Amino acid sequence: MSSLTGRPPRREPRSVLPWLAAPALVVFIAFAVIPLVGVFALSFTTWDGIGAIHPSGLTSWRAVLTDPGLPHALWVTFLVMAVSWAVQTPLSILLGTFLAGRQRYRAVLGVVYFVPLTLSSAAIAIAYKALLDPNFGLGAGLKIQVLSQDWLGRPGLAFGVVVFVVSWQFVPFHSLIYQGGVQQIPKSLYEAAQLDGAGRVRQFFSITLPQLRYTVITSSTLMVVGSLTFFDLIFVLTEGGPGDATRVLALDMYKRGFQASLMGPASAIAVILVLVGLALALLLRRLGGRDAGASQLEGA
Amino acid sequence: MTTTPTEPRRLQKAAPRERQPPSRQASGRRNWAAGLAGWLWLVVVAVPLYWALITSLKTQNRYYASNPLAPSSDPTLDNYRLVVESDFLGYLVNSVVVTVGAVVPAVVFSFMAAYAIVRGWRMRVLRAVNGLFLLGLAIPLQATVIPVYLIIIRLGLYDSLLALILPSIAFAIPLSVLVLSNFVRDVPKELFDSMRVDGATEWTTLWRLAAPLTRPAILTVTIFNALTIWNGFLLPLILTQSPDRRTLPLALWTFQGQYGFNFPAVLAAVVLTTLPVLVLYAFGRRQLLSGLTAGFSR
Repeated sequence: MSSLTGRPPRREPRSVLPWLAAPALVVFIAFAVIPLVGVFALSFTTWDGIGAIHPSGLTSWRAVLTDPGLPHALWVTFLVMAVSWAVQTPLSILLGTFLAGRQRYRAVLGVVYFVPLTLSSAAIAIAYKALLDPNFGLGAGLKIQVLSQDWLGRPGLAFGVVVFVVSWQFVPFHSLIYQGGVQQIPKSLYEAAQLDGAGRVRQFFSITLPQLRYTVITSSTLMVVGSLTFFDLIFVLTEGGPGDATRVLALDMYKRGFQASLMGPASAIAVILVLVGLALALLLRRLGGRDAGASQLEGA
Repeated sequence: MTTTPTEPRRLQKAAPRERQPPSRQASGRRNWAAGLAGWLWLVVVAVPLYWALITSLKTQNRYYASNPLAPSSDPTLDNYRLVVESDFLGYLVNSVVVTVGAVVPAVVFSFMAAYAIVRGWRMRVLRAVNGLFLLGLAIPLQATVIPVYLIIIRLGLYDSLLALILPSIAFAIPLSVLVLSNFVRDVPKELFDSMRVDGATEWTTLWRLAAPLTRPAILTVTIFNALTIWNGFLLPLILTQSPDRRTLPLALWTFQGQYGFNFPAVLAAVVLTTLPVLVLYAFGRRQLLSGLTAGFSR
């Protein structure tokens, strides 16, 4: 760089800068990189979480890969990801466009919208568990038959509830992203379209949506990769049930590891989780034509 | 003038910055779809919040008898008393200790690293460090909790608040470094140069120049990390055991397990654990929201 700008050679020894990065690097290596390597290593061992760790070759992998629970957990994870994406994306775009308007009341509405953003998944899940209770919940209290179903006790319904609560929690965040995106679309585009006699709907599809392309990629990446980590919400809401209906990968890992004391197989699941996350990030990056997860943010 | 290869993107983003007059929505026809969605979503968000709040003020008997959406005619704070008596103040203290103990180092370390990465972009080491942090964004860090658990045990930290603090710092670093380095990059090059001419060290430049100029970003990152760590559930769940080490989300969960169908009490606990964050939200809303918009929507 210095040769490019022709500035004088630095007085300070260059070696100072890496030291500034050292504290972050040390903590990150100790509690993220080493664990990441460690999870691969642990997947080739047998460990009950308390006693000694024994190397056991492919035993854990064999157990996990032959367990019908795995394809099921993968399928549920994929379904939660896909359905919650399909529900959240149009809603977030619509609400983002709505919030991007400069009317005062929209800003006020925004204050309410963003409250879920501040709540813990545990609090949200607990409140919904109470609200959806078939006997004492909101629906039962209002004596409305349709609303007093056994929401968390039937597989299909429980899955729907998970998607709904996930959306309730995260749509605000994604609306915010789209709001920022919409506000950056040059106004002149709309003026030109108006002169050409394009209606609102037409403008939305021919200007707003194409202009939001990178925003869609950013938001989708965060949604999709984030959906791999819906642990607390589902854990508190359904514990993966009824049966295995909402047992996503992260939950499967926890249950095998910390409830069934099978840390080896649980680590194998964790490895799969890491690989799925990486694959998705790469895939979305391809789709976006540039590094969506990182460089989109990098523009900030 | 370029500091990094990502510069062109930055230039392009700087352009459409000016505030748009309110004319766009108002001048055209009304956007019915968005308007409808807007009001519907208000109902979807507000009804559960409202229901939780008013229910938490009812006695258990009245709760079963009354219209669930009508506020109690004589609201009671008994549920809140029950929650407070269940040692929630202790859990609150734990949450504060963990959050402050993790957020402060996380932001300070991330800022130092962000500064180093931007200023030392020509150094291969720092580009590699940056790459490593970026990788942390693509990987669901929850997947590493089993080895984290092992490391914490081996360090003799199991069932301590420090056990929650250390991994929380690590998990917060990738996004913090990313956002902060983007803002450090926006600091005009000439300012750095003039600091150097004045004989300032990197350390001084970091705190006297870069930090004040990127304060909004530092604040946003602080609030965001504080929210994430305050609301964290998985780490306390697996790394602590004794009741007096519980943080609020975990305490909330065990409280719910204990009081099961006493919904008013459970919801009082929900409201109470949420209150500190809502107060913060009231003060830091503008900062958090504008920061998140700036950080994610380009």
